[in-house]
Amino acid sequence: MKNRFYIIMLLATVIFASCKKDNYDAPEADFTGRLVYKGEAIGVQYGNVNFELWQPGFGNNGAINVNVTQDGTFGAKLFDGNYKLVFTANQGPFLWPKNSAGRQDTIAVQINGSKTMDLEVRPYYMIRSAAIAAASGKVNASCKLEKIITDANAKDVERVTLYINKTQFVDGGNSIATQDLTGTAIADLNNLSMSVTIPALVPTQNYVFARIGLKIAGVEDMIFTPSQKITF
Amino acid sequence: MKKYIYILSAAALLTFGESCKKDSEFLDKQPTNTLDIEATWKDPNLVLSVIGDLYDRYPDFQRIESWWLFADFDEGFGSASGDYFRHQNLEYNYDSWNMWDYGYVRDLNNFIKKGEESNTLKKEDKDRYLAEARFIRAGLYFEMVKRMGGVPLILEPLTYNYSGDPTYLQYPRAKETEVYDFVISELEAVKTILPNSANVKSRATKAAALAMESRAALYAGSIAKYSNSQLTLPGGEVGIASSLANSYFTKALNAAKEIIADGQYSLYQKNPNLSENFASLFTDKGSNPEVIFVKDFKLKTNKVHGFTIDNQPRSSAEEAQGGRLNPSLNLVQSFEKLDNTYASLPVTDGSGNPVYYTGITDIFAGRDARLAGTVILPGTLFKGNMVDIWAGYQLANGSIVTGDNFGSTKTDVLPGNPGSVQVVGKDGPVDGLEFSAQTGFYVRKYLDPSAGSGQIGTRSEVWWIRYRYAEVLLNAAEAAFQLGDLGAAAGYLKPVRDRAGLTTALTAAEITFDRIVHERKVELAFEGHELWDYKRWRLADKVWNGNNMSNADFINATNIGSATRTSTQVFGLWPYKYYNPGNPNHNKYIFKVVKPSRVTAAHRFRLGNYYSLINQDIINRNPKIVRNPNQ
Repeated sequence: MKNRFYIIMLLATVIFASCKKDNYDAPEADFTGRLVYKGEAIGVQYGNVNFELWQPGFGNNGAINVNVTQDGTFGAKLFDGNYKLVFTANQGPFLWPKNSAGRQDTIAVQINGSKTMDLEVRPYYMIRSAAIAAASGKVNASCKLEKIITDANAKDVERVTLYINKTQFVDGGNSIATQDLTGTAIADLNNLSMSVTIPALVPTQNYVFARIGLKIAGVEDMIFTPSQKITF
Repeated sequence: MKKYIYILSAAALLTFGESCKKDSEFLDKQPTNTLDIEATWKDPNLVLSVIGDLYDRYPDFQRIESWWLFADFDEGFGSASGDYFRHQNLEYNYDSWNMWDYGYVRDLNNFIKKGEESNTLKKEDKDRYLAEARFIRAGLYFEMVKRMGGVPLILEPLTYNYSGDPTYLQYPRAKETEVYDFVISELEAVKTILPNSANVKSRATKAAALAMESRAALYAGSIAKYSNSQLTLPGGEVGIASSLANSYFTKALNAAKEIIADGQYSLYQKNPNLSENFASLFTDKGSNPEVIFVKDFKLKTNKVHGFTIDNQPRSSAEEAQGGRLNPSLNLVQSFEKLDNTYASLPVTDGSGNPVYYTGITDIFAGRDARLAGTVILPGTLFKGNMVDIWAGYQLANGSIVTGDNFGSTKTDVLPGNPGSVQVVGKDGPVDGLEFSAQTGFYVRKYLDPSAGSGQIGTRSEVWWIRYRYAEVLLNAAEAAFQLGDLGAAAGYLKPVRDRAGLTTALTAAEITFDRIVHERKVELAFEGHELWDYKRWRLADKVWNGNNMSNADFINATNIGSATRTSTQVFGLWPYKYYNPGNPNHNKYIFKVVKPSRVTAAHRFRLGNYYSLINQDIINRNPKIVRNPNQ
């Protein structure tokens, strides 16, 4: 009889010992920020520009890819720790600093609770004083281009494009109509204007979203103005 | 009692004594399911089975056994619910098409090493096997370099010494040129050892080696010619200097010339009907003079494939399935007219009114014969059965009467006709109905015309052609064009175009880069060339640029022959019957350009797709590996 009691105790110990939660806590720190040039956010195509976070010290390396959204912001849930942030070569419509060995330089990022950090980059161009408005079935846009990088790394404009779409996501793959202005046709960077006819919308809606995109020759990712809702 | 003890002891003695065999006898048994290397190289038949396995593992990206990969780009639409996603992803993943198969490399290196050491086989047997293994190894390195750029060149089996320090086994990536040079020099070395016979199709021959050499040199030459500073690495692992272009093009041209001069191969021209002829080029396995190197299949073995089951026209299918791969209008409209000009299929006239056709095939008349050899057009035959592809009735008031299943019938839907009528073809097209011709077309190339090929119990033994003579001619034409010899380029193109019914020969002045690109696109559609061609020409990011397309790109388009024409979404062309009794156009056909509703995204080929991602675990194991650019 006594033996049976011990066996029950033993079983209980074994069974309940496993009843601890064995999961790790989920990452809780928010790492957010914007891609900026002198405090001004740089718009890009959604899901197109991303940077890598590397956390050394845990055996096999693996990068955490963080996407920059179309208004130039980014966000990631991370564990506390020390990370290294880097844009891989040729990523993004801007120049990222290089180290003395000529490779992409890293920024140390210490995460200890949530953190907001703007990443300062040097874009090839900035789109200035963009104005987009609707008039008689068309969307008209004008803007200026400021050439930021003028040294040996300077690049030419391949084209400037006005995109319109039914939703707030506006880029080459998400557009219902576009108007290109090729680089060779641009006489004056301070005076660009484009116009695109709004096609029939199904189902009908009385607004579209529009953005101006800038394609730089020899650079894959484009620079965009903020997505703007145009009611007509 | 004593008696039992004796019996038991005797039994025990027998039982335990039986195990008293020597351990080595019991444990050292020859496995029956693997071949011992030493024993293998004593018997030519055993070596043949090993090389057979090595051939079987020869890599291809797209193949008839993986038809769905043709739907990943713009040649076709995947008309099966599990394949719609191919038209709904904007971007290709960076790790698409990556390949790092050093297990295979090791097996090949092992084979070559042991073969060189052995001396039991007859010299000619041994030499041929070794040359074949080197041919396969060159093919494997070519496959890896075109996907990844330079990869470590490992040419002998590596052995770990258990010292705890594997760094001596970590090789850096070779330069892209070094891998191409290796492939070319290996093929040059083995070409004279391999048999020079057009009857050998599934094993390496001199022509197979030269055809691969010609293709590899052409790839290297174009990468050099169209070199782009964004697609390079400082160590040369990716990118080839433009100064090397001409030497590679010369090699490509010479290799192709050698096959032509040997005279063993010729274009397949058995059937005077040019379209039928082009279709049977791929399915005729009896003394086919064009085919150089294949992956072969055989009925009643486990080496058969289901390409015909998957893709046979649904209305005459031998199983309740088929019709999965639908060629796109993008491809169909790029077949030229017989006067060497490009034109969209005339759907509307100059003022935007529909064009009425008496016969459903009339709209395709006067085009390159390869069109009907590559694609099953509405109103044409397969296995003697006419496909039934039409999307419905167009009424006089502009409304459309159609159904939602194969050959749907409806009652009292046509004005003045109260009876029950079929309102859509038995092959569709019905939008979103799998196995129906959702682009209005079915694929014909590689579709097996023999009875039973569409049955699951029989399947098909049509081979997959990796190298054929027409490609060799196109390689020669491209190389000659790049070297500035336009007259020679026109000469190489002529037989290929003659066979397609394009009998007005192109003059030297008409040979442009766009022409070369176009000719490969239509001649080699569904043969696994498109991706690699667009990659080496650095056109992939322009053609698949992520921009949406519209019907206007298919109606009176003016840039069909342009190499950089956007082709990001697959479109279709649907025939309708015009129903308007009393009208002269009653019962004639009109056509509409449609985008299948399952096509929701535009393909976007990013610069990082030119050289596929090397997985991080490979880099962790070997820190000398550098990453590919733009990823």
